[in-house]
Amino acid sequence: MPASSLMTQPPVPSKPQSEPPQVELPARKRPITSVGAAGTGASGSQYPVIEAIKRGETPEPRRHESVMGVPAILEVKDFQLWYGQNKALHGISMPIADGKITSIIGPSGCGKSTLLRSVNRLNDLVDGVRTAGSISLRGEDVYARGVDVISLRKRLGMVFQKPNPFPMSIFENVVYALRISGERNKAVLEHACEKALRQSALWDEVKDRLRGSAMGLSGGQQQRLCIARAIVCEPQVLLLDEPCSALDPIATLRIEELILEIGQRYTVLIVTHNMQQAARVSDYTAFMYLGRLVEYGRTADIFQLPRLRETEDYVTGRFG
Amino acid sequence: MTGSFAEFRRRTFSSIMFGLCAGGAALIISILLLVIGYLVWIGVSSLSWEFLTAVPTGDVANPGGMRHAIDGTIILVALASLVGVPIGVLAGIYLSEYPTEYAVTGPLRFIADVLTGVPSIVVGILGYELFVVPVSRWTQSTISYSGYAGAAALAFIMIPIVARTTEEMLRLVPKNYREGSLALGATRAQTIFRVVLPGAFGGVATGIMLAMGRIAGETAPLLFTALGSRLLTHNPAEPFPSLTLQIYTYATGPYPEQKRLAWAGILVLLAMLFVVNLSIRLIAARHARTRVGA
Repeated sequence: MPASSLMTQPPVPSKPQSEPPQVELPARKRPITSVGAAGTGASGSQYPVIEAIKRGETPEPRRHESVMGVPAILEVKDFQLWYGQNKALHGISMPIADGKITSIIGPSGCGKSTLLRSVNRLNDLVDGVRTAGSISLRGEDVYARGVDVISLRKRLGMVFQKPNPFPMSIFENVVYALRISGERNKAVLEHACEKALRQSALWDEVKDRLRGSAMGLSGGQQQRLCIARAIVCEPQVLLLDEPCSALDPIATLRIEELILEIGQRYTVLIVTHNMQQAARVSDYTAFMYLGRLVEYGRTADIFQLPRLRETEDYVTGRFG
Repeated sequence: MTGSFAEFRRRTFSSIMFGLCAGGAALIISILLLVIGYLVWIGVSSLSWEFLTAVPTGDVANPGGMRHAIDGTIILVALASLVGVPIGVLAGIYLSEYPTEYAVTGPLRFIADVLTGVPSIVVGILGYELFVVPVSRWTQSTISYSGYAGAAALAFIMIPIVARTTEEMLRLVPKNYREGSLALGATRAQTIFRVVLPGAFGGVATGIMLAMGRIAGETAPLLFTALGSRLLTHNPAEPFPSLTLQIYTYATGPYPEQKRLAWAGILVLLAMLFVVNLSIRLIAARHARTRVGA
């Protein structure tokens, strides 16, 4: 993990004042029973599921009924991934709700970014990556033989941890996805540019300097530019890989507002280190640990009525 | 007491080392200044409007100017760049952007490094064997030296330099540019030519200019290829003049007036290289400004 992960460590009880407001977590009202994975003998342990995972097992995740019934745009089925000899994802199965915002949380190295990058097959670029299982986008397995990765990626937008505007003008950054598809019509490009910039709440700030270099923007503006660039082709799913981890608290807040707004139009899958962020922006939350899905349900349930002590203690910052 | 003696030794040693380093630097700078100063001292007196505009007269007492050689060098460098820059840049892209799929990349990089260090006289002989001898056989003519052969030899020197600097500069472009572009559905070629190469433009341009400066000063590769000429010609199919060749001819000849012209020629050549290097600095500085946040 890059140095920026320092900013997004799981929250500690006392945050600096400039941090976005904390989500109120209700006091524990009912006792939680942590059900150990089948076959584990460690009955006296506080976190039987985590310990089973640490032993190398893959316990059945707690998937809430509330998330299993929804119409899914992405269906991850028994997905596994290896970096060379290292297994990074162990049989992940989860639907991603159509038109909703789903967040994936978990400690560093839990595979959440890997899972996200598996959706648009960006992991293909890494040497020695192997996969098994499937990820289906609207019923089509993206790992099937003969899948056109280029056109798959055109149907998905992605925003990265570190803002990465290209070394060109703001305008050219936004319309990049159209340019590479061969769009030359100036009116079309300009219309798309304005629309995407308005949707990403950047239009008013840059409308007079569209031809200026994107490198002159602030970090938060650059990240909103990257969001505009990712949504210019109206992607079926918008993938956000810790989009705020390199930003200051105020820029973070703006991006979060933006994610909520964009979530009304697009399906969003967001990976975040920041539990409060997941609680604030998402409809559904998945908790991952060491390459396994641990618990998955509606965000409100994950944060207020989790079924595992592991999840509860993680989202409240007592573990992880 | 012993403590202060150790302290004294430390300080003395430090001062001596500083003095040696400063002396080395001063020596190098003064040698450079001496050479340039001497050149200017002798060269300027021979430098004239006639030198820049006139062609050789054939009269050893009043030898005219070097217009033909200045033009020749510019045309040779331009021709060599026309061939060498595209090939060098493409090879650099290959080395940087397609490293893992093909096992040839490692050996290729090694060969490029070796080629960069090949003595230029070797390149001259190679150019003679490849471009001069075959042409003379086909055309049945005795003189088949040409500007084309000279430019080809210079391009041969240029290609590995451009390839290696291009590779290094492309490697400096952050990985997240490439990922960002690919994630939007760009092909690898689109990513390279629209994002990576523009991102490294300043660096790549610097490498190209450096290579141009290097070949502008080469003599050996031209000796048996372009051969040199005392005529003003812009036709590279003929034996072709260059500043370096003309300087060599005049400087090694017996006539004092021609020797004076050689000095002026060196001055002009240095001035040309100075301008090229200055442009490199300007490009690099602009590049540094536009790369903020990269």
